[in-house]
Amino acid sequence: MTILVIAEHDNASLKAATLNTVTAAGRIGGDIRALVAGSGCGAAAAQAAKVSGIARVLCCDAPHYADHTAENLAALVADTVRAAAGGYSHVLLPGTSFGKNAAPRIAALLDVAQISDIVAAEAPDTFVRPIYAGNALATVRSADPVKVITVRSTAFGAAGSDGAAPVERLAPAADLGLAKLLGCELTQSTRPELSAAKIIVSGGRGLANGDNFHKLLEPLADRLGAALGASRAAVDAGFVPNDYQVGQTGKIVAPQLYIAVGISGAIQHLAGMKDSRIIVAINKDTEAPIFQVADYGLVGDLFELVPELEKAIG
Amino acid sequence: MKILVPVKRVVDFNVKVRVKADGSGVDLANVKMSINPFDEIAVEEAVRLKEAGVASEVVAVSCGVAACQETLRSALAIGADRAILVECGELRDTELQPLAVAKLLKALSEREQPGLVVCGKQAIDDDANQTGQMLAALMGWPQATFASKVTIAADKTRVEVTREIDGGLETLALPLPAVVTTDLRLNEPRYATLPNIMKAKKKPLDVFKPADLGVDVAPRLVTLKVVEPPRRSAGVRVADVAQLVDRLKNEAKVL
Repeated sequence: MTILVIAEHDNASLKAATLNTVTAAGRIGGDIRALVAGSGCGAAAAQAAKVSGIARVLCCDAPHYADHTAENLAALVADTVRAAAGGYSHVLLPGTSFGKNAAPRIAALLDVAQISDIVAAEAPDTFVRPIYAGNALATVRSADPVKVITVRSTAFGAAGSDGAAPVERLAPAADLGLAKLLGCELTQSTRPELSAAKIIVSGGRGLANGDNFHKLLEPLADRLGAALGASRAAVDAGFVPNDYQVGQTGKIVAPQLYIAVGISGAIQHLAGMKDSRIIVAINKDTEAPIFQVADYGLVGDLFELVPELEKAIG
Repeated sequence: MKILVPVKRVVDFNVKVRVKADGSGVDLANVKMSINPFDEIAVEEAVRLKEAGVASEVVAVSCGVAACQETLRSALAIGADRAILVECGELRDTELQPLAVAKLLKALSEREQPGLVVCGKQAIDDDANQTGQMLAALMGWPQATFASKVTIAADKTRVEVTREIDGGLETLALPLPAVVTTDLRLNEPRYATLPNIMKAKKKPLDVFKPADLGVDVAPRLVTLKVVEPPRRSAGVRVADVAQLVDRLKNEAKVL
């Protein structure tokens, strides 16, 4: 069996979820290769070569892979899978916006099913994945010759960095010239990334507005070295940008400590954070569903409790 | 320009699903079913494009059991002009899979020749997040997933789409025809008014079988079992901040 892991990276370095994806590949077992497709992506490929478990890195460096658009990437991956002597048994991508965007396109080009967001590999053809916002876990078996899979990163640890794989050049496929990136508005933050953070402070509608969100939660997050997250309600209301959203359709997180402030706990939000090790809920509504999953619940006025908590931690 | 909008019939988002005791799936008996919320956003977006004079016709499509007609009527009540049902009644819910649906949509796209396909980014039952991308691949069209803003150029040859991605937002330009999948903040769907619900009942709805479209919808994935996830039990209420910090430090050891 040969597994192809499609690395997510920004040309300079790998995104953290790539390391969890390599671990998932290791659970399936077999020869693991990583494809790093980008433009000026030598540094990312060099980093991939050091990731534990990777036996070979394929580096495809061309201007039309710079923006990681799905059309060109999927065509390259499908070509690579078809051309490989002995073939690939699996293609794995991280279950991030990058992987979710590209994986189905790869699967359709290969005429195979895709298995989304796996949380366990029970056999090389059998995987466990959450459905219905994580309220059920389905075990599915694929009969396809190639299994195209996205990996839920919170379910697998990060691979180490004691590898020394050779890096091979892979010839680029033709530029399809379909999608063109016009621009990005990426959130600038010095805080840890949500999906990789050990502690997350997350805010909801209870904060009432964006000013309160920042004024109350940022000092607490800074004190804890935590990432900031939010419920859908807080994002929809414009308190914070979309990339803060934790939930079924936002980011899935599983930190050591998740502090939910003014979040009622809709099932769609719980789907994104209920695998956190310790959950703290601060809410004035004693009946809020968030308390049903919280290890420690504190009922009261968040406008008093949050500053108090920040001081007490110091 | 015609817009095709695929819509899926799913368990209503307010329903807390129950896993069947025999592990064969979730219990769908007597459960409220609705249009997938992301698809509802897609219908709204298409209808707004028509109201703005950009689109000429909005065609809603659903694949599944006969009751998907209700889902299509919801789309028609929002403002879609006509509907197509691909009846795959012999397949159970988990057996009609994204690749098969994408192939059905490809066959319909070849017939209908839409300038744009708008669909939800994922269905809230199987959470697969695949069908739009698969359709785009099969058609050789560009795709823009997770859209929060869609702007069609005046000459209707391209679309600019702002996408919600992990780090923030990005904007793509795609030549048409293309597939766009919707995220939550693209728009807020209108409530269907009673007159529009009545009108929707009279709008045309064509029914096909997969065989009519020459598509093999046999499932590729077999669901072996469905179980409940380990349940998280409620913990303790703490009286004040001091007690909380003490517990986090000394009991949970996370501070």
